[in-house]
Amino acid sequence: MNKPVSPDELITDEDGPLYAPRKKVYPQSVSGRFRSIKWRLMAVCLGVYYLLPFVRWNRGLGAPDQAVLIDFPNRRFYFFFIELWPQEIYYFTGLLVLAALALFLMNALGGRIWCGYLCPQTVWTDLFYAVERLVEGDRRAQIKADAGPMTAKRAGRRVLKHAIWLMIAWWTGGAWVLYFADAPTLVRDLATFQAPAIAYVWIAILTASTYLLAGYMREQVCVYMCPWPRIQAALTDEWALNVTYKYDRGEPRCSVKKAFDIRALGEKAGDCIDCNQCVAVCPTGIDIRDGAQLGCIQCGLCIDACDAVMTKVSRRTGLIGYDNDINVQRRIAGKEEVFKSVRARTVVYAGLITVVCAVMLYALMSRTLLDVNVLHDRNPIAVRLSDGATRNGYTLRFLNKRGFDRVIAIDIDGPAEAKLHVIGADSVTPDRPMIVLGRDATTELRVLVTAPFDEKAEKSVPVTFRITDIGLGEVASATDHFVLP
Amino acid sequence: MSDHNEIDHVSGRSTTGHEWDGIKELNTPLPRWWVLTFYATIVWAIGYWVVYPAWPLVSGYTTGLFQYSTRASVSTDLADLEKLRGEKMAVLGNASLADIEKDPALLALARARGKTVFADNCAPCHGSGGAGAKGFPNLNDDDWLWGGSLDQIMQTIQFGARSGHAKTHEGQMLAFGRDGVLKKDEIVTVANYVRSLSGLSTAPKFDAAAGKKLFTENCTSCHGDNGKGNPELGAPNLTDQIWLYGSDEETLVETITNGRAGVMPAWVGRLDPVTVKALAVYVHSLGGGK
Repeated sequence: MNKPVSPDELITDEDGPLYAPRKKVYPQSVSGRFRSIKWRLMAVCLGVYYLLPFVRWNRGLGAPDQAVLIDFPNRRFYFFFIELWPQEIYYFTGLLVLAALALFLMNALGGRIWCGYLCPQTVWTDLFYAVERLVEGDRRAQIKADAGPMTAKRAGRRVLKHAIWLMIAWWTGGAWVLYFADAPTLVRDLATFQAPAIAYVWIAILTASTYLLAGYMREQVCVYMCPWPRIQAALTDEWALNVTYKYDRGEPRCSVKKAFDIRALGEKAGDCIDCNQCVAVCPTGIDIRDGAQLGCIQCGLCIDACDAVMTKVSRRTGLIGYDNDINVQRRIAGKEEVFKSVRARTVVYAGLITVVCAVMLYALMSRTLLDVNVLHDRNPIAVRLSDGATRNGYTLRFLNKRGFDRVIAIDIDGPAEAKLHVIGADSVTPDRPMIVLGRDATTELRVLVTAPFDEKAEKSVPVTFRITDIGLGEVASATDHFVLP
Repeated sequence: MSDHNEIDHVSGRSTTGHEWDGIKELNTPLPRWWVLTFYATIVWAIGYWVVYPAWPLVSGYTTGLFQYSTRASVSTDLADLEKLRGEKMAVLGNASLADIEKDPALLALARARGKTVFADNCAPCHGSGGAGAKGFPNLNDDDWLWGGSLDQIMQTIQFGARSGHAKTHEGQMLAFGRDGVLKKDEIVTVANYVRSLSGLSTAPKFDAAAGKKLFTENCTSCHGDNGKGNPELGAPNLTDQIWLYGSDEETLVETITNGRAGVMPAWVGRLDPVTVKALAVYVHSLGGGK
């Protein structure tokens, strides 16, 4: 047997453990152009998320007046002037296609704009970091406190931090459920503990997920869980603007004083003074100077940090900035920088977005608010009557998507001299049955079509049910078959 | 387990000291969370034994503190269902059959109830859609042995046909051949005559006058002078296109020789009155109701 050896001695770069433990990130506060853009976008995103359920939209009597509402019990989705039924779920497919294309376009123009500014994971994590810094102090204070012993003061701050986090998380979950019921009523019911149990359950679930994802998982979601960084790397090209450390200008790194000396000798010294501020402010704890990498969400905070330092040492800002590989190479070669936002990739994405938008808009504008579906009886498919006539039974389902009742007439176009009879709806006009369709609802009726005996009749002929709104003249139809026994 | 506290070179973790062909097994104890969960399930199982029925005994079982039983649970659920249904079904019970058909909401309710009951009780003979089979009437057509009005349909469902119930429909097709009333050739003649009533082709040597005479003497008492049948006796209309057993000569000869007496059971007492009502409305609304 081998002599026992201390594990530390054995771990080398070649065969260390496969598991990399997480290094806690303490992003330092920073201010600047991109920080203020992020604050503003955060305010807009959270504002929309928290307040949208309270926006009202008048749809007339009997219909919900909430602008955005997912009404599961009644199977309706309301979005301002749009009301969708479950059958129209394809609009959501269209929205998903649009979302994907918009993501691709953003990526082709400015890299991971979504990750850095708009992704909920980023927005909430940013908010949680802000709370953490407010309560426990900035980067240095936190590192120092974590290295030291747990004191009463520190414990108190920690409790306060988690309390604020939980409050934000709770309010996040709370806003979520408001999209599924009348918001003001639900808020009142929640406060008086009258709300349905499922509302509390969902609030609890989303409170937990927000708290865990923004408070604990943080950058690990982006690095380990999210598929987008992987896909993004495959979709980007050399023209896309990404947050880049301009190594052509920054290297070799040296202090201001040393750079002064080197430059006095007429040799090249980089502008990077190796102050590590870009690393200190990074919410994912990476070093942007290592180049484009999976962990970089391209939030631009390192740009703010670097610009501040460059200003202090009286050098040009923009050592880190939105840039691309082409320009780095061009600068090294002594050429002008070029930025090409209009190129095949972006044009194709923009074109596709326009096409999908147009298709969806057309589909939305031309969708019918009156519809009929037909289902032929399966058993028996045909009935022979005592006088030799043939009868087929059908179930008709009418969809009235308007907010008012309407009267429709049913006509058929099928076998010769066929008669239509509606079960349970004695019409004043027996030859052309008329029935009332309730507003914003489906109506199901059983109808019988009877054709007299005809020796030459075909085994199966198409039969079309045509419904006409007596008032508005809207028409819809459905076709099935009339078969002989 | 070995006492060796040997450390593996690659992973930096201790080994169990077991070695095969130079490969050493790492000491990988079960994760703490797993072990704790496992212990928790044991505690849970013990709690379960205490409160729920668990152990079989010689003549019985431990009933547990909760006194839970699946049978009682089902009974409660069924009672709840009846209570829930009762409120709605009471409305059906109070409405007349005709009123149910006129009110779309009541009709939908009756049809829904009728459909499930039909599937459970009637479909074995009449088919899932009421299309019937040989000897079992099609309930979708307009030909009714015992009448097709709502009241008549309900009567038939309640008391059946030849079911043995005191109020059941009686009357049957006699076995003219087996009982020696008609001879074989007479049966063939009358069978051909019956076919001619509904315009079906007849045998080449068929004597229509003889057939009519035989029919008048033997059949009209039930099937009527012109063969139109009689719902009071369940005698089918012989002039239409619908045949319960079949219209070919062979089948008719068999019918006349041996008679027919299909049985429909009485459902009164087996189905509650409101259910029978719903069933009658459902069958009537299949399309053939009069």
